[in-house]
Amino acid sequence: MSESYQLTRAQRDDLRTIAAMIVPASDEYKVPSADDPAIQADMLATLGRDTGLVVAALDHLARLAGQPLAELAAAKRDAVALEFRNNGGAAAATLVRVVLQCYYRDDRVLRSLGLELRAPFPAGYVLPDGDWSLLDPVKAKGGTLRRAP
Amino acid sequence: MKDPVDVLIIGAGASGAAVAWSLAETKMHILCLEQGGWMNPAEYPSTGRDWEAKFYGEWATSPNIRGRPEDYPINDDNSPIKVVNYNAVGGSTVMYTAHWPRLHPSDFKVKTLDGVADDWPIDYDALTPFFEENDRIMGTSGLSGDPLSPLTHPPMPQQPLGLSGAILGKAMNKLGWHWWPSDTTVATTDYEGRARCINLGHCTPACAQGAKSSTDITYWPQAVRAGVELRTHCRVREITTDENGMATGVVYYDKDGVEHFQPAHVVIIACNGVGTPRLLLNSASSRFPNGLANSSGLVGKNLMFHPYAQIYGYVKEPTDSNRAPPTCLWSKEWYDTDLSRGFVRGYGVQFVRGAGPVFEAVVSEQKGILPWGADHHRVFRKLNGHRLGFSAICEDLPEEHNCVTLDPVLKDSHGIPAPKINYTISENSQKMMDHALARGREVLEMAGATDLCINSPIPWGGWHLLGTARMGTDPERSVVNEWGRTHDVKNLFIVDGSIFVTSGGVNPTSTIQALALYIADQMKQRLANLFD
Repeated sequence: MSESYQLTRAQRDDLRTIAAMIVPASDEYKVPSADDPAIQADMLATLGRDTGLVVAALDHLARLAGQPLAELAAAKRDAVALEFRNNGGAAAATLVRVVLQCYYRDDRVLRSLGLELRAPFPAGYVLPDGDWSLLDPVKAKGGTLRRAP
Repeated sequence: MKDPVDVLIIGAGASGAAVAWSLAETKMHILCLEQGGWMNPAEYPSTGRDWEAKFYGEWATSPNIRGRPEDYPINDDNSPIKVVNYNAVGGSTVMYTAHWPRLHPSDFKVKTLDGVADDWPIDYDALTPFFEENDRIMGTSGLSGDPLSPLTHPPMPQQPLGLSGAILGKAMNKLGWHWWPSDTTVATTDYEGRARCINLGHCTPACAQGAKSSTDITYWPQAVRAGVELRTHCRVREITTDENGMATGVVYYDKDGVEHFQPAHVVIIACNGVGTPRLLLNSASSRFPNGLANSSGLVGKNLMFHPYAQIYGYVKEPTDSNRAPPTCLWSKEWYDTDLSRGFVRGYGVQFVRGAGPVFEAVVSEQKGILPWGADHHRVFRKLNGHRLGFSAICEDLPEEHNCVTLDPVLKDSHGIPAPKINYTISENSQKMMDHALARGREVLEMAGATDLCINSPIPWGGWHLLGTARMGTDPERSVVNEWGRTHDVKNLFIVDGSIFVTSGGVNPTSTIQALALYIADQMKQRLANLFD
């Protein structure tokens, strides 16, 4: 069993809830929420070296909420999330980063952004050469390299 | 007991590779000990869909975050700028942006010109042939003729201007400011066995295409073919000396942790501005109680980082995002001293093309410009693929209180005391950074950018590790002489960035390697009386 599955059921529930608060689903952009099962599975499977800080963040979140985050009233849940985001330190930042790095490599999300579903290598990308006449004013202005004695 | 070698080089990075390659023609027995191993490009981040996530873990720029077995910890708690490096064959040339300016002639004479710091004991002209040789071997691309930079002759044409370069160029033209396509070590054509750049974008943590030059694919294959022995996963603990004060060799640990003594007639240190003073201080003995080659007391002192002042923003037009090398242009508009600005010396600027989606999301969330909740998607689409950046590389003047010492507690995996950094940003540097941010704001706003964000300094921006074993003619005010030999130990040389007297306002790797080639050349010319 991967160490990432060392999250308890309650921690996984809170992770889903906070992830959906960070990135909710959008019909307009045709993207899922970050609590989507496939994205959550990616997070849990790849926590790796981030496990300790994510667990610390979830523990902090649990203390702030006092009960499962999903069971709080909306206003209270928003207040807890705000406090977590503002004062959660490195642990909270790590949790948010884990959510975002898994969300923004999901096929459906990348497709919505107009990005290709592939690694950069080996195909690479094409970069337009551009209009080098833009450099003409710089050449015309010239300049002098500072002399050294 | 191992047989002695003629020359033992410690470190296989930018300078170690160059000095090994140059000395190979002497046919001496040359051995290089490197604490890292050979890299495998098939494992580089851009080969996988998780390429951006790796930047936060095993491919982090900070050795403290990365924590590979090849890395050593660095206590940089007492510094606003954290040390970044890479430990492998190729050293930090594996993990750098490939931006390739060189020091200006005026950078070698700052005391004479501006009355601050010290002049170097050599001048730009002494390095000119070695800059040229290094550019040929590393394989540079660029456009010759920049009126505000030293004349270079890159063997390959410059990178494309791209979408980002065009937006920035237009804005700079409106302001009447200097800009020019950067010299880089990114191959823009097939070159000496390297394939041309295909815009993988994620250049800094290694190039899977091999288009970005690193010494593991440039100098080292040639040096090894010429007979240099490169022994990997060997971490040097100390340099040993005899009763005459001469270096006798090194004690190192191999990949299995077994301790060895390797005798040598000449020892060359190429461990960068943190690793080199660490090794010298760890080589203290009864003859050298304050550390080896430290009669001046300056080993580890005068650490210079180049504080980076970065400002970036978002334009309506699409930018190159992650689909191009990260840097494209430079400006030397504010490179030289103009006391009306309120500070002495100056800074170079490197412009940044953009960022990938994960990096954009993570950083923008941290900056507070990417909200949680319903508006997240709209804002993200406004930011992603629209970023432009301005990064000023501020000349850091030498100050003795900025230093590398040995941490009394922290040790590496072999039990060797780790380096500790004490560093503060000077008032002059802070004024320079503030000036740069104001100029960056002007040009970004001229380009139409909004949502401007600042990193000043870039916290994990301690790429350039300079000055901690400075060069000079006075043994009381310097550690090595004008050709890289330590004043105190006549068969011990230093060739890395620690010998810089001042830092200039540009990325230093080109100059570090030119210096290494220059020192190797000096050694070859003096072989008959090298220890006199």
